[in-house]
Amino acid sequence: MSHRTVVVGASIGGVRTAQALRRGGYAGEVVLVDADSEPPYDRPPLSKAMLSKAMLLDGAEATPTLLTYEQAAASDIRLELGVAAHSLDVAAATVDLADGRRLAFDDVVLATGSAARPSPWGRPEGLHVLRSLADARALRADLRRGGRVVVVGAGFIGAEVASAATSLGLAVSVVDPLPVPMGRVVGDEVGRVFERLHQRNGVSTYFGSGVEDVRSLPGGLTVTLTDGTRLDADTVVVGIGASPNQRWLESSGLLLDDGVVCDEFCRAVGQPRVHVVGDLARWHHQRHAEWVRVEHWTNAVEQASCVAHNIDNPGALRACVPVEYVWSDQYDQKIQLAGRPWRGARWEMLGDPDVDPRFAVLWADEDGVLCGAMSVNWPKATVASRRALAAGGKLEAVRDGLAAARADAGAAAR
Amino acid sequence: MPTVKADHEACQGYANCVIAADDVFDIDDDGVVVLLRGEVAEEDRDRVADAANSCPVSALRLDDA
Repeated sequence: MSHRTVVVGASIGGVRTAQALRRGGYAGEVVLVDADSEPPYDRPPLSKAMLSKAMLLDGAEATPTLLTYEQAAASDIRLELGVAAHSLDVAAATVDLADGRRLAFDDVVLATGSAARPSPWGRPEGLHVLRSLADARALRADLRRGGRVVVVGAGFIGAEVASAATSLGLAVSVVDPLPVPMGRVVGDEVGRVFERLHQRNGVSTYFGSGVEDVRSLPGGLTVTLTDGTRLDADTVVVGIGASPNQRWLESSGLLLDDGVVCDEFCRAVGQPRVHVVGDLARWHHQRHAEWVRVEHWTNAVEQASCVAHNIDNPGALRACVPVEYVWSDQYDQKIQLAGRPWRGARWEMLGDPDVDPRFAVLWADEDGVLCGAMSVNWPKATVASRRALAAGGKLEAVRDGLAAARADAGAAAR
Repeated sequence: MPTVKADHEACQGYANCVIAADDVFDIDDDGVVVLLRGEVAEEDRDRVADAANSCPVSALRLDDA
């Protein structure tokens, strides 16, 4: 009987694992399972391109498909869509599906990702979360109708929704219980850059107050903040983070701790045939010498490549040691974030966010080693930082290189 | 030899390609991809294909020639 790999979850991590298996010459059977009945799609565009002014105004929808039925057939990937995985039996090497079928596997890839943290205020009409294609379609329909928008959560998703709604001319408010947006990631001083960005684009900001309640009243929704402020809204978007989809694994015996706990090869601890990619993996990151879980697109892509290699080459395993990298498009700004700024002991800013069209922030640990970087409209700064983060380079070396590049660019502009 | 194609309009400067294969890809000051060479040796195919596939907006292609 031929070898079979079952991939559970057809988001970016699962799809890329299936494709990488084929590209690497894997000769076994590949089955890709997902609860969503849509052909596999990409998620970053759900809060970016799909909410862009051009797409909202003309009503066109470019679905961000990752894998069509034709492409799946051409790569000999069997799609099982619209059926959730119900449970995993590691000893028997089977996945039970919600429709009662049982899939036997030689290797299994767990890629069920994460789900938007649910709204603590229920789901009255007009209140949205944004995680799936269906969520994005529902939000688009409401934004096209116009009216007042309140975004709860000033992270990347919330900021992208605020940016999209603003571009349509809607009145937008952003609420976050943190005093400064993104403060936990970049610290309060750097986070104020994001606060000013919202304000410069006409968004009303309510930071440092939580949401007490969201009520549906005749004529719309009312959001009541903990400080008593009441905001009337036609559309409310709740973007307060995500949590891993691991409930279906509770009976599996796998070690779960905010994700599936894995070794450095992204295999569930003690289970060499159980691989995990994307938001669901809490794996041992060798460079950081600790277990981490990362919810970024690029992380899932790099893990997929690593896991596919490990399935096909169990005698020559490859450890997964990516550099954290995530981007966000807000207003006219391309924001790129690499590494782990929150681990920084100090930081330096190159350029002035209030004056310069592009600037960067670098964070270093106690030894002066670069541990995080953020750039705005300056992708080259991110490239230099990602290289240094992978190599353990010093903040000063990156800073000096970028300062020289800025001076050259300035001279060329004159 | 396989050839590399870039869609300069689609490119958003995410630069995953540069990180994965800096002998083939670079970006300019405006954050747009620059192809350092158009043809890729057969032994580099998998590595460059991985780099092209790491593009979040699918702006890169590796074609058989």
